[in-house]
Amino acid sequence: MNLTGLQESMLQGEQGPGTRLAMKIIVTLGRIYHAENLIPVSSCQVSGVSYKSIGKAGLDFLEELRDGGAHARVPTTLNPCGLDLERWLSLGFSQSFYRDQAQVLQAYRELDISLTCSCTPYLLGNCPVQGSHIAWAESSAVSYANSVLGARTNREGGPAALSAALTGYTANYGLHLDENRKPTVKVHVECEVATYWDFARLGLLLGRKLGNEIPVITGLSPRKCTPSTLRQLGASMAASGAIALYHVEDVTPEITAFPNWAIHAGEKEIHVNSLPSRPEFVKDTMVGKPVDLVFFGCPHSSMEEVESILSFLKEQQVQASVWIATASMLRAEMEKKGILTGLDSKIQVISDTCIVVCPIEELSFKRVITDSGKAFYYLSNKPGVDVALLPRKKCMEIAINGKLDEGGNT
Amino acid sequence: MNSKVIAGRIIHPGNCKGPILYTEVPLLIYGGIDVSTGIILEEGHPLQGECIQDKILVFPRAKGSTVGSYTLLQVKANHQAPMAIINEHCEPIIATGVIMARIPCIDEIDIKRLKHANQLEIKEGNIMYC
Repeated sequence: MNLTGLQESMLQGEQGPGTRLAMKIIVTLGRIYHAENLIPVSSCQVSGVSYKSIGKAGLDFLEELRDGGAHARVPTTLNPCGLDLERWLSLGFSQSFYRDQAQVLQAYRELDISLTCSCTPYLLGNCPVQGSHIAWAESSAVSYANSVLGARTNREGGPAALSAALTGYTANYGLHLDENRKPTVKVHVECEVATYWDFARLGLLLGRKLGNEIPVITGLSPRKCTPSTLRQLGASMAASGAIALYHVEDVTPEITAFPNWAIHAGEKEIHVNSLPSRPEFVKDTMVGKPVDLVFFGCPHSSMEEVESILSFLKEQQVQASVWIATASMLRAEMEKKGILTGLDSKIQVISDTCIVVCPIEELSFKRVITDSGKAFYYLSNKPGVDVALLPRKKCMEIAINGKLDEGGNT
Repeated sequence: MNSKVIAGRIIHPGNCKGPILYTEVPLLIYGGIDVSTGIILEEGHPLQGECIQDKILVFPRAKGSTVGSYTLLQVKANHQAPMAIINEHCEPIIATGVIMARIPCIDEIDIKRLKHANQLEIKEGNIMYC
C-alpha cells in the first residue's frame, strides 16, 4: 500500500503511541481489502460506547489511546450509550452502571469526540455532503449516509471508525470506490408501501432476503419516501441483513445522477407483492396481557417525529410506560419550545440511549411494543423479552389502553 | 516426526507454540464467547462448551456484530485469550480485535490442512504442524 509521508510517520509512532495504534488498525484493514492507498475522511461516527458492550477492557483501551496522545483529527460524533445521562436514576438504572458509563464518556471527550450519544449524527450537524468520504460505524447511520445523503462509507466497526477519527484517514476500498456502489439487485415493489410501519416491514423483509447486496428499489411513491420513512427502511434492512447502501428510483441522489445504474442491476431481480402481516410481528402469548413499555425512536426521533407522537399523547393518561428516544441536543430544543410539558409522568422523552443498547435486563420490561423494525429485530433476540412491531398509531393506542388486543391485521 | 510448513499473511505478529482448537464453522465473537471464562457459548456450534484459553484457535472467519473486537479485548484482559488466531479470511472484527488485544494472528491459510494437527508452532508468519 502507498502511504504518504504523514501517514508513514503516524505508523512509525512519530505522532505518539495512540495515533500509531490507530494507524496500525487502518493500515491492516487496508491490507486485508487490498486497498491501494488511504484517503482523508471528512467526519467519523464512533460506536462501542455502552459500557455493557465494551466493558472495563474497552475503557482501558480508550484511556490507553488518550494517554498515548491521540485525539480526533476530524469532526467526530458518538453513538448512543447505555443510559440517559440526565434521567438515569428515575428511569431505574443503577449507580454503578452510571459510574462506569460516565468514565467511558469522559475518555471519549478527552479524545476530542463530541458526546452526541445518538445514532442520527446527520440531524446534529454531522451531515456529510454528497460524494464526501467518511468513516462511520452504526449500521443505520451508515445506510442513511450512503443512500440518502450520497456520502461514502464502509460499514465500519467501532474501533475502525475511532481509528479513522484519530488519524483522519480510512483505507480506500469497498463503498469508497465508484464501481462498488452500483446496484447488484433490482427490487420491484408491487404493493402499497405508505406508512412508517410499511417501511419497517419492507426493510426487515429485504434485509433477510438480500444479505449484503446493494438493491435498487422501484415502485415506491417518492411522496412517501420522507427522511423519516427512509431512515426506518435503511435501519431495518441493516438490522435483519447487512445492507450498507440502497438506491430508490426517483428518490435517492446517486440513482438519480446515474439512472443507467438501474439497468446494470437488471439481471438479478426480486418482486415484493405483499408485506409480511401482523402475525409475524406479534406473538400470540402477548395478546390480552399488560404491556410494560411502548418504545419509539429507533433510530433516534427527529424533532418532527417527537412532536407528532406527543401531539397524540398530550393530555392523555397512559397505562404503559412510553419512551421516545432522541438526541440530547434535540431534546434541549424541545424543552425550550415547550413541547415536553403537560405529559403523563409515564411518558418519557429520553436521550443519549435507546432500548437496543441499554441494559434492559436491569429494568423490568418484559413485554415491549415498538414501531421500529430495527428495535423489533434486536429485542426479538433478547431472552426474557417479548416484543411486537406495530403501526405507530396502534402503538399509541396500546400505550393508553395498556394492553395488546386481538387487533385484526393491524 | 516430519513437520510441514504453511506460509500465511501476518495480521498481528508474534511467535508461539501450543495446542490447536479447530473448527470449519464461522465463529460468533460478540455474544458467542464468555469473556470471563473463555468458553464458546454459541448454541449449536461444534465448539460450544470448549475453552479458547491458551489455544491456537483456527476457524475460517468471524461473524456477527463488530463489537466483537471489544470482546477479544475483554477476553485478553481476563487472561482467557487464545495464544494465537488463524483464519482463512480475516475480517474487520478479528483484524481490529487482535491488534487491540495484541494476539498473534495469521490469515490466508487453507485451514483444512490443519484439521488433524494436535500441536502448532507459529514463527514469522509460518505455521509448522505435523
